[in-house]
Parts: sequence; structure tokens; C-alpha cells
Amino acid sequence: MKKHTNEKLKLAFQELYRKILMIFAVIAIGAIILVYFMVDPSLSVFRDDEPKTEIVVLPETNDEFDKIENGIHVRTGFVEAPGMMETVQNCTNCHSSKLVIQNRMDEERWKSTIKWMQETQNLWDLGENEEVIINYLVTNYPPRKKGRREVLTDIEWYQLEE
Amino acid sequence: MKRRSFVAKSSLGGLAALLGVEIVFKDLMPDGYVPVALQDTDPFKLFYKDKDMVVLNDKPWNIEAQAHLLDDKITPNKSIFIRNNGLIPEDIDVDNWTLTIDGESVIQEKTYSLSELKSKFKQYTYQLTLECGGNGRSEFDPPAKGNQWTIGAVYCASWTGVRLRDVLEDVGIKEDAVYFGYHAADVHLSRDPNKEPISRGAPMSKALQDETILAFKMNGEDIPIAHGYPLRVIAGGWPASVSGKWLQRLSIRNIVHDGTKMTGTAYRVPCKPVAPGEKVADEDMCIIESMPVKSLITYPKSGATLSLGKKLNIRGHAWAGELEVSKMEYSIDFGATWKVCTIEKPANRLAWQHFSAKISFPQEGYYEVWARATDSNGVSQPMLLPGWNPKGYLNNACHRIAVKIA
Repeated sequence: MKKHTNEKLKLAFQELYRKILMIFAVIAIGAIILVYFMVDPSLSVFRDDEPKTEIVVLPETNDEFDKIENGIHVRTGFVEAPGMMETVQNCTNCHSSKLVIQNRMDEERWKSTIKWMQETQNLWDLGENEEVIINYLVTNYPPRKKGRREVLTDIEWYQLEE
Repeated sequence: MKRRSFVAKSSLGGLAALLGVEIVFKDLMPDGYVPVALQDTDPFKLFYKDKDMVVLNDKPWNIEAQAHLLDDKITPNKSIFIRNNGLIPEDIDVDNWTLTIDGESVIQEKTYSLSELKSKFKQYTYQLTLECGGNGRSEFDPPAKGNQWTIGAVYCASWTGVRLRDVLEDVGIKEDAVYFGYHAADVHLSRDPNKEPISRGAPMSKALQDETILAFKMNGEDIPIAHGYPLRVIAGGWPASVSGKWLQRLSIRNIVHDGTKMTGTAYRVPCKPVAPGEKVADEDMCIIESMPVKSLITYPKSGATLSLGKKLNIRGHAWAGELEVSKMEYSIDFGATWKVCTIEKPANRLAWQHFSAKISFPQEGYYEVWARATDSNGVSQPMLLPGWNPKGYLNNACHRIAVKIA
């Protein structure tokens, strides 16, 4: 009789154990699905409608993006020197680096140009970078004396056939 | 047939038109994603420009010609400089394009569709010289801020459109009208929709001239996108910035128009002459109106070598803002002596004029051929830089080319 009761109890425990296991399994699977949804809400892995042709997206983070060649930052044309990256990051969002490079100003005029851009062109407060950027520009792109008229340079000579 | 250069469905249709190809899978492109072709693009293909054009700036696009590219009497698109203050509009829907005339000095605001403008008013075609106010800026010392134009921000194309005067008569203008100001579809560099990249204009006296037109054709074809498609104000002889591109709205003001780049120091020069580098207060800066007398030698290209005894034929164009060029001269001895060139009458008022000369050289050696135009008021181009100004406008110093006699 006692043995029979023990047998029944044992079976009941086994049943309970299986149920607990099942509940844990369901919770675990649910958690995995939930996490996946958080990472990839559009279930893109399971969809087959991705473009067959490759869309080339410019690399944002690899070394090629900010490559320096012969002392020149390839992407912008800026001279590699202290303050270059601050200048790239703050001065080439709205306009091209070409606009910066073709201008030659002293510290005071760069300051007033930055102020003008902040007042009228939505440029943000540059904080400590302002001094770094101005130093970079006046050091690497100083004004050059041109006088009232320069001599002709870079003449490409050719034979005129008429 | 629907004439649409830019597909309205998606702004990428506009990109496709710019690129000249259909973008496959454009529906799958993420919003705000700009195809590589427009990020790092070939502007010469994008805008159908000559490969010898010089890119000064690629955001915004600013591209200038070299003198020898401007040899044609009527400048073809491939040699026309691009000066943009903002971003070129991306989704132009010509079927629904309208022009609204408003402002304090209109009797009643009125809106026209493109087809109404074309059918309601008589059309005129003029050759009109447009020169950037900052053409020649690169030569100023101390240097002036901005795009460093050399000599190529000028051209004379043939423009077809309706007279602004005729449209304003139809709208009805009050007696207190002072100025017109344009508003356009281009986008501010910061992409702030509340900012206009540029909104300039001119006094009513300029608005009412025969040659001030609302143009929809350049050189007989739709205006190229970079030059203001589908509608543009053309005010020849004045800084080209008065000729607003992508025109959507024109305000008739009872004050001097105060839009972007009308105030402060933009397109202004000191009212009184100043020393190079001198500081000038905003209130002492005056708006540029007519451009000064100027000329370009467009043939031969600088650097020509020829043998002694051969004569050199030169040719080019001369223009004088609101005025006419009355005399054209050249010098091969740095201005010690000047000889007269033949100069043609303009095709119409405000068109540039064509000059030519046959030059003999006394001996072998290095020469420079300098060209000098004189306007109908007797004012000539200076050989040196004209008066310095903080923003580097109005450099009309003589153009010169190098020649070697061997």
C-alpha cells in the first residue's frame, strides 16, 4: 500500500518536473523571439525581396574613408596637420571643403566668417574647436601677397596653327 | 503628352533625370539616401559642361569657364558658368509650376501657370550678358571671402520669355512700387526650409525695361536645370544674382527688397572708395547695379607660339553693363601703346559685342596681348585691379593672354 502511494507521488513529481521544463522552454523561446524583434523589427533576414544588385554605400567607418595620401586628406583635399579632423567634421557638412581651401584669411576674418555662419547659416557653436580650426586654417592656408596685378603663371605653351 | 522632366512620384525621379538614367530599385532606397552617383559625381556629365570648365566648389555647385571656352558669339550651355548659393531643387513638377506675383505694391496678388505665362503674353528673344558680381574676385589683395572666380563667370546666351513689364501690367502695380524681389525653389545649404539661399531683385526701373524678361528658354531650348529650369528672371547687364533661377514668386515691394543677399555686405561695394583691407560698416555699403565695362580675349587661348612674320588674329567679346562698348583696343607692350580693334554693334541692348584685330609683332620674344574696352560714357577698363572692396566684386581689370614669337 505504502509502495503504491510512493509510486503515485513519484509519478506526480515527474509530471510537475516536465511541466516546469516546458514552461521554461516556452519562456526561453519567447525571449529569443522578443530579442530578435528588437534587433530586426522588419524580419529582414526572412524576406527575399532584397535588391539583387548591390547598392554601393560609401563606407563610413573604415580606414579608406579618412585616407591620407602624400599629406593630403583624400576625401576633402585638406592638408594633414593638427586640427584637420576638427575642420573636416565642422566645416564640410553644409558646404564643400573646396570653399574653405580656396579662401585665405587671417585669424580675425575667419572669426568673423564663423560668426556670420552662426548668425545666418545655422552653424553650431564650435566650442573649443573654434580655436583649433582657426589655427589650422591660418597655419595651413595663410593669405598670400598678390599686389595690384600678378604675372601670368602656369602658361601652357602650344604651337598656334592657322 | 505630359512634359515632365522630373517625375513627381518620387524625388528620386529628379535624380534619375539628373543622372540621365533610370535608378533601378529606387523604391528600395532608404529615405534620405543619396545615390553615390550624386554624392561623388562628374559635374561635367551631370550638367553637360565642357571638360575644361573649372570646378570651384561642389557643394554648392560653382563652376567657371576659361576664356577660350567663351569664343562663341552666343555661349552654348557647355561653357556657361554655374553659380549656386543653395542646393539645386530636386523635384520640379512643371505641370503644376506656378508663378505668384505678390508684395505690398501689387493691387491684387495673382498666380500664373507656366502655360498661361507662355500663351497670355507676347514672347521676346534677346541675347543678354550675365556676369557674376564676384567674377575676378581671385585677384583682390587682401583676398576677399567667397568663391575665387578668375575670369570665367560671364556669358551671353539667347533667352526667350515674356516681358516682366507686361506681366506686371496685367497684375496691376501700385504707384508706391520701389523694387522687385524674387523667391525660388532652391534649398538652403543647411536644408532649413525657413531659409532662402538667395532672394534678390532690382529697382522698378530695371523691372520695366524691354529686356527684363521671365525666361523659359535658353538658346532655344528648355533652360538647363542648373540655370533655372523651368522659369528664370533675366536682368542683363546687372550682377547675375539679380536673374533669379527656379522662379516661383516675385514680390513687388514698396521698399528696397530685403531678401537674403540683398542686405549686409552681399552684392554691395563701399559707397565711397576705401583703402585695401579697410573695414567698412554695413551702412556704408551700396548695392551693385549695372556691371562695369569689361572684355575677354577668347581666341587664341593663352600660350600661343607662332613664328616671326606671321600675323596673329585675336577675337573676343566686350560688354558694359547697362551701357554699350564704344571702343576696343589692344596693347602688346603692357599699355605703352594701344591699337584699335574692330568692334561690332550689339545684337540687341545688353548683349555682349564681338571684337577682332590682326596683330604684327616686331621681333621674337615673350609678349602679352592686353585688351581694353571703353564704354559709351568714355570709361575704360583699368590695367590694374580696380578699387579694393571687402567682398571682392567688380574686378574689371584688362584681360591678357601670353604669346611667344619664335
